[in-house]
Amino acid sequence: MISYLAKRVAVLLASTATAGVVVFAFMALLPGDPAEVALGVNATPEAIEALRRQWGTDRPPLTQFLDWIGGLAAGDFGVSYVTSSPIGQQIGERLGVTLTLVVGGMVIALIVAVPAGTFAAVHHRNPLGALISAASQVGIAVPAFLAGILLVFVFAVQAQALPSGGYVPLTEDPSLWFQSLLLPWLSLGLVQGAVLTRYVRSAVLEVMREDYLRTARAKGRGRMGALWRHGLRNAAIPVVTVLGLQLATLLIGAVVVERVFVIPGLGDLLLNGVAQRDLLLVQGVVMVLVVAVLLVNFVVDVAYAVLDPRLR
Amino acid sequence: MRGNLVIGAVLVGLTVVAALVSFVWTPHDPTLVDAAHRLAPPGGDYLLGTDKFGRDTLSQLMVGARTTLYVGIVAVGIAAVIGTPLGMLAGMTPRGWLSELIMRVNDLVFAFPALLLAVMLGAVYGAGTLTAMIAIGVATVPAFARIARAATMQVMVTDYIMAARAAGRRGPAIALRHVLPNIGSMLIVQASVSFAIAILAEAALSFLGFGTRPPTPSWGRMLQEAQELLFSTPRLALWPGLAIALAVLGFNLLGDGLRDHLDPKLRRIRAER
Repeated sequence: MISYLAKRVAVLLASTATAGVVVFAFMALLPGDPAEVALGVNATPEAIEALRRQWGTDRPPLTQFLDWIGGLAAGDFGVSYVTSSPIGQQIGERLGVTLTLVVGGMVIALIVAVPAGTFAAVHHRNPLGALISAASQVGIAVPAFLAGILLVFVFAVQAQALPSGGYVPLTEDPSLWFQSLLLPWLSLGLVQGAVLTRYVRSAVLEVMREDYLRTARAKGRGRMGALWRHGLRNAAIPVVTVLGLQLATLLIGAVVVERVFVIPGLGDLLLNGVAQRDLLLVQGVVMVLVVAVLLVNFVVDVAYAVLDPRLR
Repeated sequence: MRGNLVIGAVLVGLTVVAALVSFVWTPHDPTLVDAAHRLAPPGGDYLLGTDKFGRDTLSQLMVGARTTLYVGIVAVGIAAVIGTPLGMLAGMTPRGWLSELIMRVNDLVFAFPALLLAVMLGAVYGAGTLTAMIAIGVATVPAFARIARAATMQVMVTDYIMAARAAGRRGPAIALRHVLPNIGSMLIVQASVSFAIAILAEAALSFLGFGTRPPTPSWGRMLQEAQELLFSTPRLALWPGLAIALAVLGFNLLGDGLRDHLDPKLRRIRAER
């Protein structure tokens, strides 16, 4: 196990470093010098030169890269070319909002998928089970941002029960905070729940064919009782894996959903950064998102190896 | 289930027909700005109504289908052409260093979702249909490589591969003559599922302004334009939303139906979503 873990950690570090090279190289291709862009067409060459020196963009690319990636390792993302504020701090503030979105979405997905998937599996031979399967197919076909627009239409435009967008920090007003996040959570969670329902259904179906479940029934447990005591725990293993992989999807989904609901998260920061050509900021946010995906994959791999020693 | 295949084929067929017809005929010019017919209600001359610029919704939907299919075909094409040979190579030499390298690079690419790639490409080269297609295509390569690898590994242990080896066939010949035809059905299923994901990605990118640029109609941007009018004219969001959902549903059902229909043996390998 130790050697497996050591190997996985090495792979994770190597992947992160390579991802850093890719992101940096990509942004280095960007046409136009950031100092020239920032100062506009009327700037004197001296002023541009001074700004370059201040930002360090006059140094060779390799030095800049090592400086950047070294800073990242220490949590220093540099200073924005556009707003002159520390990027790490901005990312930190926004990351919390985005993670709140992702976690809430995941919780809703589970609340939807576990009962719905189990029900669909238990009743897979009758119309009700088929109906749930069909509903989940439809859910998968709806992108999260479209679900968001539909939810806004139903709950903000028609019922006028919830805000159509905007964000209130938790520290300001917990009740308004919850209201401002409910529709975004549902947008992410219902769609992801539809995807997850299919996996729960097939995992439970698989378990229902197992001998130990028949044994439990033979010992006098009811169908749901046996499933509850013995089945769901076993069905959980593949579902947990999918859940981990879905975190990455949710993270990207959150970026788009933030746009629908005007929520100041990482996605908002990223897209504004691109619009303002804030190179270093974009680099930083992309890197955070990529590392998040790599980390999730790492945790899923390791968790799987813990659960199933054959995979080590 | 035969039903999946039929419904999927019908929905995909509808999208394809709408796109093809739009080349020769649309009810109106989809990009024509007509102030006199702003937000015209459905019916009469404008079957589904017009948007805030007086553009005909039905015509926009039809040309939007074209954009969607175009992006999907190129993106899935890129993914299949790059991912399949790499996956086969990794599957034919599962213990070699090359296989290890391919799968590691694969994992790395997997960490760059289509949206991030598109945003990065868009920042450098200016966002458009091309950057969206490339981003979605590259991000889909890992799915193809993994499926090709898994299916190849299954095929490699069969007797006919052993026989081919015994007959002295070399690796490339075995790959082309024996492996590819036998994993083909899996790849077709993957292509269908990937196409559905590509449609979702294209819609999201256009919605964010990182996809097809105006005035070329695209479903994602129609939704984005509709969002601000959701309180007054919700039908503007209804039609492109429906188009996206039905097209994605179609390709997903087609993929599921094909998997059950084409090769029951390979049913255990799931297409990657």
